[in-house]
Amino acid sequence: MSSSSAFNDEKGGSSSVGEPEYGHDPASGGIFSSDYKRHDDLKEMLDSNKDSLKLEAMKRIVAMVARGKNASDLFPAVVKNVACKNIEVKKLVYVYLVRYAEEQQDLALLSISTFQRGLKDPNQLIRASALRVLSSIRVTIIVPIMMLAIKEAASDMSPYVRKTAAHAIPKLYSLDPEQKDQLIEVIEKLLADKTTLVAGSVVMAFEEVCPERIELIHKNYRKLCNLLIDVEEWGQVVIINMLTRYARTQFLNPNINESLLEEGGEKEFYASDDDEDDEEKKAEAAALAKRKPYVMDPDHRLLLRNTKPLLQSRNAAVVMAVAQLYFHLAPKAEVGVIAKALVRLLRSHSEVQYVVLQNVATMTIKRRGMFEPHLKSFYIRSTDPTQIKILKLEVLTNLASETNISTILREFQTYIKSMDKDFVAATIEAIGRCATNIGEVRDTCLNGLVQLLSNRDELVVAESVVVIKKLLQMQPEQHSEIIKHMAKLIDNIQVPMARASILWLIGEYCEHVPKIAPDVLRKMAKTFTNEEDIVKLQILNLAAKLYLTNSKQTKLLTQYVLNLAKYDQNYDIRDRARFIRQLIVPTDKSGALSKYAKKLFLALKPAPVLESPFKDRDHFQLGSLSHLLNTKAGGYQELPEWPDSAPDPSVRNVEVPEWSKCTSRKERKEKKVEKPFYSDSEGESGPTESADSESDSGSRSESDSEQTGSGSESEESVEESQSEEEEDEEEEKMKKKKKVDKSQPKKSESAESKIASEIQFLLSTSVAPTSSPQVTPVNNFLSSSLASDLEGLSLTDTVLAPTTIAPSASVRMYELLHRITGEGLGVEYCFNRQAFSPDPHMVAVQIHFTNNTSCETKNLHIEEPKLQSGMRIKEFPEIDMLPAGESVSVVMGIDFCDSTQAANFQLCTHTRKFFVSIQPPVGELMTPIFLTENEFKKEQTGHN
Amino acid sequence: MIHSLFLINNAGDIFLEKHWKSVISRSVCDYFFEAQEKAMEPDNVPPVIRTPHHYLINIYRDKIFFVSVIQTEVPPLFVIEFLHRVAEMFQDYFGDCSEVAIKDNVVIVYELLEEMLDNGFPLATESNILKELIKPPTILRSMVNSITGSSNVGETLPTGQLSTVPWRRAGVKYTNNEAYFDVVEEIDAILDKSGTTVFAEIQGVIDACVKLSGMPDLTLSFMNPRLLDDVSFHPCVRFKRWESERVLSFIPPDGNFRLMSYHVNAQNLVAIPVYVRQNISFFESGSSGRLDITLGPKQTMGKTVECVVVTVHMPKVVLNANLTATQGNYTYDPVTKILVWDIGKLNQQKLPNLKGSLSLQSGAPKPEENPSLNIDLKIQQLAISGLKVNRLDMYGEKYKPFKGVKYVTKVFR
Repeated sequence: MSSSSAFNDEKGGSSSVGEPEYGHDPASGGIFSSDYKRHDDLKEMLDSNKDSLKLEAMKRIVAMVARGKNASDLFPAVVKNVACKNIEVKKLVYVYLVRYAEEQQDLALLSISTFQRGLKDPNQLIRASALRVLSSIRVTIIVPIMMLAIKEAASDMSPYVRKTAAHAIPKLYSLDPEQKDQLIEVIEKLLADKTTLVAGSVVMAFEEVCPERIELIHKNYRKLCNLLIDVEEWGQVVIINMLTRYARTQFLNPNINESLLEEGGEKEFYASDDDEDDEEKKAEAAALAKRKPYVMDPDHRLLLRNTKPLLQSRNAAVVMAVAQLYFHLAPKAEVGVIAKALVRLLRSHSEVQYVVLQNVATMTIKRRGMFEPHLKSFYIRSTDPTQIKILKLEVLTNLASETNISTILREFQTYIKSMDKDFVAATIEAIGRCATNIGEVRDTCLNGLVQLLSNRDELVVAESVVVIKKLLQMQPEQHSEIIKHMAKLIDNIQVPMARASILWLIGEYCEHVPKIAPDVLRKMAKTFTNEEDIVKLQILNLAAKLYLTNSKQTKLLTQYVLNLAKYDQNYDIRDRARFIRQLIVPTDKSGALSKYAKKLFLALKPAPVLESPFKDRDHFQLGSLSHLLNTKAGGYQELPEWPDSAPDPSVRNVEVPEWSKCTSRKERKEKKVEKPFYSDSEGESGPTESADSESDSGSRSESDSEQTGSGSESEESVEESQSEEEEDEEEEKMKKKKKVDKSQPKKSESAESKIASEIQFLLSTSVAPTSSPQVTPVNNFLSSSLASDLEGLSLTDTVLAPTTIAPSASVRMYELLHRITGEGLGVEYCFNRQAFSPDPHMVAVQIHFTNNTSCETKNLHIEEPKLQSGMRIKEFPEIDMLPAGESVSVVMGIDFCDSTQAANFQLCTHTRKFFVSIQPPVGELMTPIFLTENEFKKEQTGHN
Repeated sequence: MIHSLFLINNAGDIFLEKHWKSVISRSVCDYFFEAQEKAMEPDNVPPVIRTPHHYLINIYRDKIFFVSVIQTEVPPLFVIEFLHRVAEMFQDYFGDCSEVAIKDNVVIVYELLEEMLDNGFPLATESNILKELIKPPTILRSMVNSITGSSNVGETLPTGQLSTVPWRRAGVKYTNNEAYFDVVEEIDAILDKSGTTVFAEIQGVIDACVKLSGMPDLTLSFMNPRLLDDVSFHPCVRFKRWESERVLSFIPPDGNFRLMSYHVNAQNLVAIPVYVRQNISFFESGSSGRLDITLGPKQTMGKTVECVVVTVHMPKVVLNANLTATQGNYTYDPVTKILVWDIGKLNQQKLPNLKGSLSLQSGAPKPEENPSLNIDLKIQQLAISGLKVNRLDMYGEKYKPFKGVKYVTKVFR
């Protein structure tokens, strides 16, 4: 830290040069002078040596920022405090920087070097916050620096830093979308991360950067499902939403047999799986099911099973996410489980209720049966806000059926008496919808609505008129009395929509009320000029219809109305008048159409269908913003339709038990965390245990739990084992090797190896300086005592033979290229711990090729190494030919520059190229050295 | 995800703004004000408002609007839930979540918001973690800080961030180890005019205050867990144990938290603790009306009913009320048309009664509907559903904690 304070001083000095400049300021403006003066004293405080003054100044500045006051002129004074030692000052400076850096790009660059230093700090919190701020500064010039920092942080020891790296990805992407390809590489790497901490953040990055690259999920699918319950709440939401989309592309529709039936009739997928329909066709369905049995993919089942417990989450967003997942993915019989949880959310804050009710409304249209038992939960309370009341009404209407309509109508009756008029209007509309949907109650509803016509409140009457109009259209013959009654109302009702509705009714059914209709037109002609536009249009309509049916009485009236309309201000009305005149008034010029005037105006109109506004909203993913707004929001990912035939399920197979693939101790340690600690019923895992130092049995139980986790149901584990048959032999090999390890003397093995590696560490520092921060172990879960620090270095103490550093049979082999991906060519490598003679800075890597194909492979060589700066590769001599079934070993050298960054290169044969990478465990970077036991002891005492 | 946050008070002043990505001008709030004006009441402001370039998702809490600005698709509940979490965090830190408290602690608020979201995605929302990063303000601490110059900000990564139990901080130490559980139940019932139950349900929560050292592993079991119809848990509860054994097994967070909330839905089981006889009538002629309300205890299982408050939303035409109460006192607000009768403890012998006349606006037609009554009450030491905690066991630590359970029944709406 001494260097940083020096930096601070230096900056302080440089700024004092600038000081005289703002001496001019007070003169420049009369009104603002006091403001400038205040800023001056802030600047002074920031320049002082006392941390307390600086802190005080920063607090005042942040308060200004919070209130939205412009504090940008303080930028130079603030930015030089970025390296301040006081952590609170530093944090506040960060807050300020992120706010104003975009406006003052050049000055912001001054702070970059501090962050770069922060990225190498041994404290993981400082590394993380440096990355956070660096990536939050939206200055395009530093894109390459950000990219580098993200890449480095993505392979940091601390999962917290890796999480921050995942957060930084979308930031960089929004700043410079051209970095996409590189960022996807980082995402791919982080997706493979096995800590719960990282999972949510990286999926979020995935969703923002490359949601279309669904294939990146395959290998991680099962892991994500199993981790899900231990991920923090916000991550759960993002992961569940993503997996819903994933499942829609990879699995078959579980309701396929039901929807197949309907597909006969219409192509629409969900068309209508109403319960009634189903019962009729049940027999047929059974027959169909027999013909084409549906078997759920075990991975599909895994997802459903692992998300179900989350319905009990306290977080409404998580519950909603699971609910939508079930709605979109589960077989019909299982969807019901979400109803209870959603009803529970209705007792939450009113904003939550609002969103949940919207989604419930959509669900009730598709699956009414699901919510029927909870009907009473949607009853309206007098204290509900109006918007909630209206949504509840919507749900109640959707739930109405022959069996429960009487109770619902009784509820509605009380609602009509409410003092909230908007709500009453909505209730009346809801009654109308119930009446149209359920024929048996139509008359009762209509009678009730007619009674409302004598209500004192005009709004109620108006709304009733509109609804009655719609209902009458269905069976006008029987209701001429009602029409007469409504004609009388026209004198009193002022609400335009209601007036228009009455006029339309009278016009449409003027034959049923032949005496009243002309009289109404007479009255309307008088008030025509004062009416609203919609009423005027309906007056014109009425006039035209009467002219056609009863021209004797109404000819002059119609002429009069048309003349009035001709000079109306609204062009719609003028147009309509012109159109009607041409059509109905016979002149010599009138066209061929006038013959059909009667047919045009008095055609039988189809009755309106009163539909829920929530119909067909489910083509949007439920729970999404787009669904709520019923329009596509920016960045919305369409929920794909089910595929016709399932894509290859084997893409999700993960090869070989996980632990053997771990290239470093670090990752194995993380696996402990990954163990679904809270989810499993075995109860063997306590927090202390999971933080235990690892042992053979530890990693063994790991692989066990992995298997029980992925398939505890018997049918599935069968599936699993079938698909992994070919991996079995591989597994056996690994087990054998383990036995070998165990057979070696275990006594004090780990202790000795620890010491060995300690020495190794000490000695090697002299040869290859290991100052990089990645090497300084920051221990995550254990107390950071020296012993455990060094344990971090002795990465393979289960494998490392106690006495040897020289190559032995137990040197661990890592896989470079699996024989399946390599199309028969299997490649493994190990660090043989021998000096690489051509270049002492390089680490020798022994590479072992095995040709498993039936034909020979030629020209094995390395191409296009993609390396971090400073890293070098010494290639192995090209292998001309590798006959079938043979294997060969070569040695190559890599200079990792003491970092744990992977070396990426291409492995080429005469036919194919494979991208591979070698990532060194920390311990392998040491220069190997041979010690006898005595020498060793001497070293040891000397050191202590 | 969440782009910016504006805090707006009832008067329409934006008193705090925070941006996590590029700055968005506060003029975006004009759309919100527009919607607010249209909605008349704060409750009726739509939680999601669409503007030409952004979406505004807002919540209303403690007389403050939390308005967040969104630019792309995000589950609305995600944002709403987060905003509520923010409000709860303020409450946790400052005692209450008011404009004054936020303005007084603006720097801490800013630091909190900075930690809670990174690039608009939640980073740390567990109170135990945040409290290690940013220490809550106390008078003592601010004095110590001003003298010693130490800061309110933690320098190391909170242990919770990396562990499998992120809600608990490590190294907790208490001299008195205690764990208290409050079983609070609320009855929610709708009665019709004659007093028969239309709808009734019981919602309960178990709030815990756990002050135990180390890493205790607690198990709480009930006498009658079958009563519980629907439950939701704090993330610390092991769901599998609940499913198989119906016990709550968990490592608790430090301090106050809500362990679980549950729901009892059995119509016949719900015993309404009081009964009401009411008669409100308006005369056809003349501008007056009569009101007569009597309350009495019904099934209280020998416990006293406390804090009884009757609220009546009167029709608009009621100008004033001239009443006499045999117990407690009443207020009538002619502006909001709300009559509040605060009774206090319910007396078994002498039933409280409120009687008198209402004066109506002259000339106005008589209200067609009788107003609805809301009754709030509280019963100590009783969980109306009959839920009982059986025992609490602790594993993983050596000491013997002091344990306590309290039952409360409330009726609030």
